[in-house]
Amino acid sequence: MLRYLARRLAASALILIGVSVITFGLTFLIPADPVRMIAGRSASPQAVENIRHQLGLDKPIPVQYMNYVTKLVQGDLGRSYVQKAEVSRLIESRLPATLLLMAGAIFFEILIGLPAGILAATRRGRLLDRAVMIFSFAGVSTPQFVLGLLLLYVFANLLGWFPLSGFGTLSHLILPALTLGIAGGGWYSRMMRSSMIEVLHHDYIRTARAKGLSGPKVVLVHGLRNAILPVIAMVGLDIGIFMSGAVVVESVFGWPGIGQLAWLAIQRIDIPIIMGVTLVAAVAIVIGNLLADLTAPLIDPRIRLR
Amino acid sequence: MAYTWRRLSKDPLALVGMATIAAISIAALSAPWIAPFDPREQFFDGLTLEGAPLPPDEMFFLGTDLLGRDLFSRLLYGARTSLVIGVVANGAAVAVGTLLGIVAGYVQGWVGAAIMRFTDLMMAFPALLLAIALAAIFTPSLWIVAMVIALVNWVQIARVIYTETTALAAREYIEAARALGAAWPRILFLHILPHLIPTILVWATLGIATTVLLEATLSFLGIGVQPPTPSWGGIIFESQSYFLSAPWLVFFPGIAIMVMALAFNLVGDALRDALDPTQRGR
Repeated sequence: MLRYLARRLAASALILIGVSVITFGLTFLIPADPVRMIAGRSASPQAVENIRHQLGLDKPIPVQYMNYVTKLVQGDLGRSYVQKAEVSRLIESRLPATLLLMAGAIFFEILIGLPAGILAATRRGRLLDRAVMIFSFAGVSTPQFVLGLLLLYVFANLLGWFPLSGFGTLSHLILPALTLGIAGGGWYSRMMRSSMIEVLHHDYIRTARAKGLSGPKVVLVHGLRNAILPVIAMVGLDIGIFMSGAVVVESVFGWPGIGQLAWLAIQRIDIPIIMGVTLVAAVAIVIGNLLADLTAPLIDPRIRLR
Repeated sequence: MAYTWRRLSKDPLALVGMATIAAISIAALSAPWIAPFDPREQFFDGLTLEGAPLPPDEMFFLGTDLLGRDLFSRLLYGARTSLVIGVVANGAAVAVGTLLGIVAGYVQGWVGAAIMRFTDLMMAFPALLLAIALAAIFTPSLWIVAMVIALVNWVQIARVIYTETTALAAREYIEAARALGAAWPRILFLHILPHLIPTILVWATLGIATTVLLEATLSFLGIGVQPPTPSWGGIIFESQSYFLSAPWLVFFPGIAIMVMALAFNLVGDALRDALDPTQRGR
């Protein structure tokens, strides 16, 4: 276990180093000179050179990379071109909203996915099963911005049940969280269905039926316990999908998280913010994958760590 | 092949999907002939007296957009954008992913390890954010968007192909081929690649759905295909601030994106079932 943990941590650290190399490399692809972006258009050549020297951008590339990583480790993601603020501060102040949105999305994913998957598995090949499968396909085929705008139109504009946009109360959270969670719900319903179908084939299920337990009881007590394990183990892997989804959903609903921050940065080509959010998202994904790997054997003792 | 086709043709969802793909492709190809109007023409009577877009009526079948252009014609031309990107970007992603996956799976050693660690690294980036970063750096055009999507999408295919190749490479017939003195490119392309074609086909089909959605999302964020080229995501981007008063400008392109992605997902999934009977009904 300890050896596995050490190896897994080392692999994650290596990936993070790779991530930093790529984000560092990407900044060289930017056609605009970052020094000019900071100095402004009217700066004299002398002032531009001063800033370049201050930022260490006149040093050799390996030195620049080391400076970049040193700053990253200290939590310094650079300064926004437009907002004249530390990128790390901006992200820090907006991260809680995004985490709240993700928690809501996980809630809806599971709320939709598990019952739908269980129902489909127990009525395999029948109409309900088909309906669940089509829903799950529709869920992954609908762009989140279309779904978000649709929900907004129906439930906020026509019916007036929820506010159009904003942040603060539970009713603000429901539509964006549902938008982010529906695709995952479709995905979970498929996973739950196949996992349940597999479990229901086992001998102990037949035994439970043979001793006279009712159908729902067999499925919910004996089946669910085992079928749910591989599904729950996947929650950590959702983070990547959410990090991308947050950009779209937060921009549609005016949710003040890091996705909206990235979206605003896109409109103004504020590269440091885009890079900062990408970096934070990559770190979150690495942590999520690590957690998914580490918790899987805790949830399901049959999984052995290698 | 005939067997696969027979299985596919018995699956109603696959048939619906294939019919939809055929219909969209024909509509996109024949757009210049079947579109009622020029998609770029701004009609004087395409706006209300107050300058608002028109809802669907007899003249403008699906209504008009903010500039008084016919939405139906724009959607037809938008289908071309989606299909071109779907085929080009996904084709490139499948080619790169297959090549890297097959080489990593067969060569193993440090080359294989390096390729696979690189795919691990790419998996750590959220696809959309990486695409956004790339699209923000390069000035977006149709080909840049296709390239960005390909750069992001090859990763999963590479992993799947890698896994299958390692399994195939351990088979005895490969050892036999090697014993007979076959060079590795010959083994890769003559003995291994043909066995991977079903997988490639499935991923190529499912990948088009992913690509269409990613392109629509980039366009919606304003960093996809740029106007005046009509694209479905772009139409929604242009009109989103008016969507409460002109919802058709969001719904019709939104439905178009969804139908296209759904069709490719249905066919891809049915193809997977048809090509791999052991997975049937899972």
